[in-house]
Amino acid sequence: MTERLDRRGFGLRLTAGLASLLLSGCGDEVSERPWVRHLLDKAEDMNYWLQRQLLPHHALAREYDEADLSPQFRANGSTDPEDEDYRRLAANDFADWRLEVAGLVERPQRFSLADLRTLPSRTQITRHDCVEGWSCIGKWTGTPLAALLQRVGVRPEARFVMFHCADTISVDRYYESIGLGDAFHPQTILAYDMNGAPLSVAHGAPLRVRVERQLGYKMAKYVMAIELVESFSHIGRGHGGFWEDRGYEWYAGI
Amino acid sequence: MGGLQSEARAGRRRSWILRHSAIVRVTHWINFLCLAVLLMSGLQIFNAHSALYWGQASDFPHPLLAMDARPDQQGALRGVTTVLGHDFDTTGVLGLSYVLGFGERERGFPAWATLPGMQWLAMGRRWHFFFAWIFIINGLVYLTSGLASGHFRRDLLPTGEQLRHIGGAIWDHLRLRFPKGEEARRYNVLQKLAYLAVVFLILPAIALAGMTMSPNLDSIAPQLVILFGGRQSARTIHFLLAAALVTFFLVHVLMVLLSGVWNNMRSMTSGWYRIEHTEDVDDRTA
Repeated sequence: MTERLDRRGFGLRLTAGLASLLLSGCGDEVSERPWVRHLLDKAEDMNYWLQRQLLPHHALAREYDEADLSPQFRANGSTDPEDEDYRRLAANDFADWRLEVAGLVERPQRFSLADLRTLPSRTQITRHDCVEGWSCIGKWTGTPLAALLQRVGVRPEARFVMFHCADTISVDRYYESIGLGDAFHPQTILAYDMNGAPLSVAHGAPLRVRVERQLGYKMAKYVMAIELVESFSHIGRGHGGFWEDRGYEWYAGI
Repeated sequence: MGGLQSEARAGRRRSWILRHSAIVRVTHWINFLCLAVLLMSGLQIFNAHSALYWGQASDFPHPLLAMDARPDQQGALRGVTTVLGHDFDTTGVLGLSYVLGFGERERGFPAWATLPGMQWLAMGRRWHFFFAWIFIINGLVYLTSGLASGHFRRDLLPTGEQLRHIGGAIWDHLRLRFPKGEEARRYNVLQKLAYLAVVFLILPAIALAGMTMSPNLDSIAPQLVILFGGRQSARTIHFLLAAALVTFFLVHVLMVLLSGVWNNMRSMTSGWYRIEHTEDVDDRTA
């Protein structure tokens, strides 16, 4: 009989233990403990590792037809930057805007929009997946990042491409980064046209990044400068992007 | 031990069987923990855009399901849930609910149902993807051992005779009459079909639908997107399958409660299950 009661006690304890674990999980304090975050981050490392194992470097994101274009393409994040420099450039239809390409490159250069339009271009109709959960389909035309990088020459020690943007959200300038593998992917473009017209301010005029196999926050808008770096630990809060500095994954493949 | 005496007077005898193997018991509870965390963190992720659509992209004006807060005629905010174009006032639970320290907030599911409780998408994703890994690994251990040991074939596959009497089994369940004696040694036909559906249909499908939401995996396996009819469809199916699992869970717990809570809980923790024999039942096993 005692043996049976012990079993019942064990069952009770296990149930109570699971329940309290869950209930305590409901409180946000568990999520705020650094060790919890570090532990949970292991899954992100696994995702990154597994996707890298599975993913042929040049597997293409699906491209859609004109008929699939979203009638209403949502604009997220900054949609009308108030930064003075940006306002000045926008007032002049970005005629004075120059894309600065610097950092670990052989030949640092500045490109006007007209310069970019003379480089090779690529048009793609792709699905934009926001980390919030929604998707929109749009047509993008722009300069393949690979063509631009070949023009300036990437130095061997460079590992990441940083995008520095014109918009400030709360107090920080938006920025993003991608690895060289994604930078040279054929669908990674610096888009200046959307749905056949010059990019609107809401969607990142004059230039935004398209990295089609990742989530929307990687696709920086209002790009002002591209910098090749060996590490981004000294930039921003060191996680490689505005949202990454706020807890989102750097490798935004899920 | 009055209970024992009265049972003896009633002429009942009992025997014990080892109902669940250790691997089934361990994976069952790990799975329960995973699904609980996945559900709550999933609702947190859903809340980041509390609407569902069909197809590849989001047709914002025409969601299949949406939860939001709107002012009523007096200007007070109401929580509204829209299902296939029909609005329902769900103030306090869906669309608008009270968050400790923040007051009434516009949010899809309420704070008590999400992990973390407050609106915190990045952390919800961390919980979700971490426990998704444990869920997958645990599920693979369970499936491998179930196939190798013959557990699925022996214990989950309904016999032809069970299937022929499915009508009677449904009728017995509706009257809350559960198998006793020898018949209690195995799962009944409704149990078997429910477990088979969860193990081989719902859980694999919900995992695949979840993976289909990854733009990166979509470029590796475009078939996934085709299978689910688009990324937004996959998100909707993922949500509906989660709802199906919650329904299964509620019925499962109800059945556990009604058919002998301690016997069931004991058999899923220590493994031992008590079989009650009545006098007129075969006493070879006594």
